[in-house]
Amino acid sequence: MTTARRKSYGVKGAPYAFLLPATILFALFFALPIGYALWLSLHKVQVKGLGLGSGARKEVWAGLANYKDALSDSELLSGAVRVLGYGAIVIPVMLGLALLFALMLDTDKVRLAPFTRLAIFLPYAIPGVVAALLWGFLYLPDVSPFYFVLDKLGMPQPNLLDGGPLYLALSNIAVWGGTGFNMIVIYTSLQAIPAEVYEAAKLDGATPLQIALKIKIPMVAPSLVLTFFFSIIATLQVFSEPTTLKPLTNSVSTTWSPLMKVYQDAFGKGDIYSAAAEAAIIAVVTLVLSFGFLRAANSRNKQEAAR
Amino acid sequence: MSSLAVRKAAPAAGTTPGTAQGPPLRRRIALVPTLTLLLGALYCLLPVAWVLIAATKSGRELFSTFTFLPGSGFTQNVKDLNAYRDGIYWKWMGNSALYAGLGALLSTAVSALSGYALAIYRFRGRETVFGVLMAGVLMPPVILAIPQYLLLAKADLTDSYASVLLPLILSPYGVYLARIYSSAAVPGDVVEAGRMDGASEWRIFTRIALPMMVPGLVTVFLFQFVAVWNNFLLPYIMLSDDEKFPITLGLFTLLEQGSNTPALYTLVITGALLAIVPLIALFLVIQRFWSLDLLSGAVKS
Repeated sequence: MTTARRKSYGVKGAPYAFLLPATILFALFFALPIGYALWLSLHKVQVKGLGLGSGARKEVWAGLANYKDALSDSELLSGAVRVLGYGAIVIPVMLGLALLFALMLDTDKVRLAPFTRLAIFLPYAIPGVVAALLWGFLYLPDVSPFYFVLDKLGMPQPNLLDGGPLYLALSNIAVWGGTGFNMIVIYTSLQAIPAEVYEAAKLDGATPLQIALKIKIPMVAPSLVLTFFFSIIATLQVFSEPTTLKPLTNSVSTTWSPLMKVYQDAFGKGDIYSAAAEAAIIAVVTLVLSFGFLRAANSRNKQEAAR
Repeated sequence: MSSLAVRKAAPAAGTTPGTAQGPPLRRRIALVPTLTLLLGALYCLLPVAWVLIAATKSGRELFSTFTFLPGSGFTQNVKDLNAYRDGIYWKWMGNSALYAGLGALLSTAVSALSGYALAIYRFRGRETVFGVLMAGVLMPPVILAIPQYLLLAKADLTDSYASVLLPLILSPYGVYLARIYSSAAVPGDVVEAGRMDGASEWRIFTRIALPMMVPGLVTVFLFQFVAVWNNFLLPYIMLSDDEKFPITLGLFTLLEQGSNTPALYTLVITGALLAIVPLIALFLVIQRFWSLDLLSGAVKS
């Protein structure tokens, strides 16, 4: 009797004990920093006199002033616009290629599939900084094979690190690094489709293209939603690639992307209060966009199921 | 099945494989998919091929010879890299290995414990705990990193190994993967049988469940290893002493200095090559142990 009770007590307590390390880490490195950031975002420093001596700099309540400033900050806004333009290229191209490659891998009689799958997935193992560094050199006219070829052909040589082409150059790095991972996610769910599903379509004389469009793509829709979701988050948080290209060109400013602006304000200017407010706004935009996307995707799925 | 007629037509029309109704003697290769995939592989391998060749060039050759022509300076480049600031490059590599290895190990342990608890037990607040942990995936790293920096500064821990290690141990995605994997790989009956035999919950976890979870945990480990190895923002914010830099930050600072002294470019290129070689090797060796399908949350039973 007592042993039974002790055992059941042990079972009841066990999950909480198992979750203890995660809970402590969450409290220390997620909850506390988020709370502190929110606290900071609502404060500012008041400087008395020359700001020298103890007590001359005081943290005072600022209300929503930091948020108001951030929302009317033209630099932050143009950073947001730049990242939107960048995302408008990266997300469709990367996921389009990932879907295309996944469908090709899933084709009968395709050759060299293991090799190509691994090769396309390989950039995932290469740090974003190193990827940006490699591509950065490939964009430099003096060392790039592209410019060499263009030069020999007597063709005009665009400056890949300035203006509009800069977006393509940056997007290319993200596409290169991310396509393989997304391809694997989509390919895996393609593999999970049972063969019987295709049988009927084949008997009806459906072409491989029709099977891909009418059966495969709809059936991997949940994976596409997942990859979209992760891509939106990753795009809004772009930081290391433009930061890495910065030494190679004058066209990438220290505030090119919103996260770079937050970093610049916090550590360049030392204004952690404004930086915290900006970071909070980016977090809210991320949440709204990603959940908005998930809701839209879900309601579409439901509509289709209802039809 | 015949080749897929998607987007591009097969360039070599003469070798187009037979259609489903075509003569069976023709070689049946899906030409368009194979070519598309080869183009994709070429695109993905191009920068790697370039750095492989560029690292063999001396500083002068880098700017004067055709990019895909090997140079004569590889050994000199490696020597220069070794000599640069008393071999700090290797210190960076060692730091990265430490951050990624130890970080991924601790992270896998925490993920295993939490994932198992969330998958096997029914308890109050289970979904709340899970939901709160998952919200961590959505947090932009910078919104965490700045206050983490300030808080660690108050604890006098910034610019230390701990400042880069500790914040990365709890990985929401790792917990998510471990939960999916334990619910698929650890049958409830086995846990129940362990209880019948009088084993403690801890014993059931370590002796019965953990061995069953190993393939999934290898994936969690590798995923975390790559994530920490590739991390840039956190060390960029936390560290100022370049003796503690991971390789990403080290190469970045080298590139930054290189914009003033182009001679450093050969060092950056050689350094980049040597930095990706171990990761590619690791990748090739362990890809067979790595259940990639788990990355998408799909578990084959």
